[in-house]
Amino acid sequence: MSSLLDIKDLHAGITDKPIINGLSLSINPGEVHAIMGPNGSGKSTLSYVLSGKSGYEVNGGEMLFEGQELAEMTPEARAIAGLFLAFQYPLEIPGVTNMTFLKTSLNAIRRGRGEEDMDAASFLRLAREKSRALGMDDDMLRRQLNVGFSGGEKKRNEILQMAMLEPKLAILDETDSGLDIDALKTVAEGVNALRSPERGMLVITHYQRLLDFIKPDVVHVMAKGQIVKSGGPELALELEKSGYAEYVGGADAASAGSPAHA
Amino acid sequence: MSEAKASMSEAKASIDKETVEQVAQFGGEHYKYGFTTEIDMDRVENGLSEDIIRFISAKKEEPQWLLDWRLDAYERWLTMEEPEWAHVDYPKIDYQDLCYYAAPKSMEDGPKSLDEVDPELLKTYKKLGIPLIEQEMLAGVRKVAVDAVFDSVSVGTTFRDELAKDGVIFCSFSEAVKEHPDLVQKYLGSVVPKSDNYFTALNSAVFSDGSFVYIPPGVRCPMELSTYFRINEANTGQFERTLVIADKGSYVSYLEGCTAPMRDENQLHAAVVELVALEDAEIKYSTVQNWYPGDADGKGGIYNFVTKRGDCREDRARISWTQVETGSAVTWKYPSCILRGDGSSGEFYSIAISNNLQQVDSGTKMIHLGKNTSSKIISKGISAGRSSNCYRGQVSVHPKAANARNFTQCDSLLIGDKCAAHTVPYIEAKNLSALLEHEATTSKISDDQLFFCQQRGLDAEEAVALIVNGFCRDVLQNLPMEFAVEAQQLVGISLEGSVG
Ligand SMILES: Nc1ncnc2c1ncn2[C@@H]1O[C@H](COP(=O)(O)OP(=O)(O)OP(=O)(O)O)[C@@H](O)[C@H]1O
Ligand SMILES: [Mg+2]
Repeated sequence: MSSLLDIKDLHAGITDKPIINGLSLSINPGEVHAIMGPNGSGKSTLSYVLSGKSGYEVNGGEMLFEGQELAEMTPEARAIAGLFLAFQYPLEIPGVTNMTFLKTSLNAIRRGRGEEDMDAASFLRLAREKSRALGMDDDMLRRQLNVGFSGGEKKRNEILQMAMLEPKLAILDETDSGLDIDALKTVAEGVNALRSPERGMLVITHYQRLLDFIKPDVVHVMAKGQIVKSGGPELALELEKSGYAEYVGGADAASAGSPAHA
Repeated sequence: MSEAKASMSEAKASIDKETVEQVAQFGGEHYKYGFTTEIDMDRVENGLSEDIIRFISAKKEEPQWLLDWRLDAYERWLTMEEPEWAHVDYPKIDYQDLCYYAAPKSMEDGPKSLDEVDPELLKTYKKLGIPLIEQEMLAGVRKVAVDAVFDSVSVGTTFRDELAKDGVIFCSFSEAVKEHPDLVQKYLGSVVPKSDNYFTALNSAVFSDGSFVYIPPGVRCPMELSTYFRINEANTGQFERTLVIADKGSYVSYLEGCTAPMRDENQLHAAVVELVALEDAEIKYSTVQNWYPGDADGKGGIYNFVTKRGDCREDRARISWTQVETGSAVTWKYPSCILRGDGSSGEFYSIAISNNLQQVDSGTKMIHLGKNTSSKIISKGISAGRSSNCYRGQVSVHPKAANARNFTQCDSLLIGDKCAAHTVPYIEAKNLSALLEHEATTSKISDDQLFFCQQRGLDAEEAVALIVNGFCRDVLQNLPMEFAVEAQQLVGISLEGSVG
């Protein structure tokens, strides 16, 4: 089986500062992978490098998305190819309604794939259906993108965008943080609704709780820019009990909050 | 140069939409309206003199009073200096090297009915998206009446008969002089005096055409009125005048649009617009200004030196200016309101975009003279490239203007780090009861916002267009529905090339 995402020995970072240090990870279609790891270990950086944020440089290795090297594609080309990132900190765009943003985004992606724009009526129906499924008021669609949204509403809004765009690979960066327990369930349902044999997901989280709702196939531990351990769902439970101490020993453990090192 | 030639011959070839797009691609410019119409023109020799003024006046068979009015303006102009206080910089204009009158030969015998207008002209407007054949108005779309001004003359006005049923007069300025001389004489120059400034004096001397609107008492004008200005000839100036009079208790919404071919030389457009709103009348005046801005290196483009002023002459009159300024190499323009009547109100909503080497110095004046007058200013300036964008606004409250209110919101958005934005507000309150609020912000499009949009499939230019449209939303919402969509697209197009 050919993988959806295949990262081999990836080295990346910002100018003069390596953050991802020889990371390898492979996700097959249909699989959900979870990444856990201490603050500052490079999880968000990995998501930015995969999606092409400017300012991050790839210094070695490869990251193939359905066999195509991501580093050679513009950020929008990656989105059009089916890569989606739910941001840890979603952005605000004043004056642009949620509805306008969704429509512009959906049609940009359709055009990028050589498809026609979605007609206004079908779009409206789809947007209503998806937002209701996520327990969002119709009113949210008319509001300006993320402006004045609560932390939880912003996260939910990311999942709405994902539901509308139906990506092949979704990276969720701490989508659970800031969500109350009911919201967590609705968001998880939204994510689960998208699970399918063709789709893959990379779920970045600090809490086992999310993984009760979104059952991962593989759990990875990331530390200092590498995957240091991989296992089944039970690994997440283990981490919850014992923390990251065992993975962050060594040269610069201080950055991961371990007091062990002098 | 060969590109310009190619674009000319292409424009002649056929008039379908494809051609327009093809033409737009020549020269690698984003400007869609840069084509030239090949048509026999009647143009006077370059130069400005009493003789030229007499020639223009005679051509239009004007009454003696108007010729005298022009000559008086010319005499004053000769004594005046070109203003230098604006934040713009352009080479000295040689006023003797301009042509002051150019009209299609087919218009020689004065305005004709629309059926007789030269098909080449009809095609030109059709290409610009302005159908002059009434039947071509799309079914289901609200009707918009159009006066089409081509270089120095009006080539036709649509829906005149239908408007006349309500007593609304909508015609070219030249026709108004002939058919409604009393109205013209009463109001011409009553808002913007001839010698108000250098360019108004010049315009008053040589103006060649424009639009005239009169709405009778109590009438709500049944459709949008609009004028579409087109400069076509090389080396000509366009000097038009617009006069809109809303009689007691009437309402009108009026829109003007402007385009010009791409040429390497700069061209001058010096217009005067006067609005008069009588008791309880309301005028909404919108502009979508898309004159050729010059190329990426600042070569060519229109000098847009315009004086627009509205007079809320009687109690409770309302005037609202909305402008979307995206074109022109240099813009110098301050649509203003004189709030004379008690309880009258003035509004100014502006989007001014500058890209590449464009220079904009624009804003408004709100002059509070009457009691309980109010004004509102919302200005959105967007600068990109190496452009310069200055908001210049004045709010002045005279001693007798008790309880005057003003709210000013002035926002600047910068794209890139080579452009400049300036805000120059003058506030002058001579009555202690005045309540004046001023808010100003300056922001940049953040890389994070751009990336967020790109991650959702938009390319950098689409992302900028979306973010800028959001930034301008308060103003775009004020445009008549028919033009809001066009204006939104224009905002995007005019910023192409500003990122990446
Ligand atoms: N643009 C940047 N400039 C400077 N440092 C950066 C930048 N981006 C990331 N870093 C640094 O790289 C390291 C990894 O950051 P990253 O945000 O990827 O961590 P994370 O694993 O997502 O952490 P958290 O769990 O707190 O979200 C951190 O030390 C961070 O400060
Ligand atoms: Mg993070």
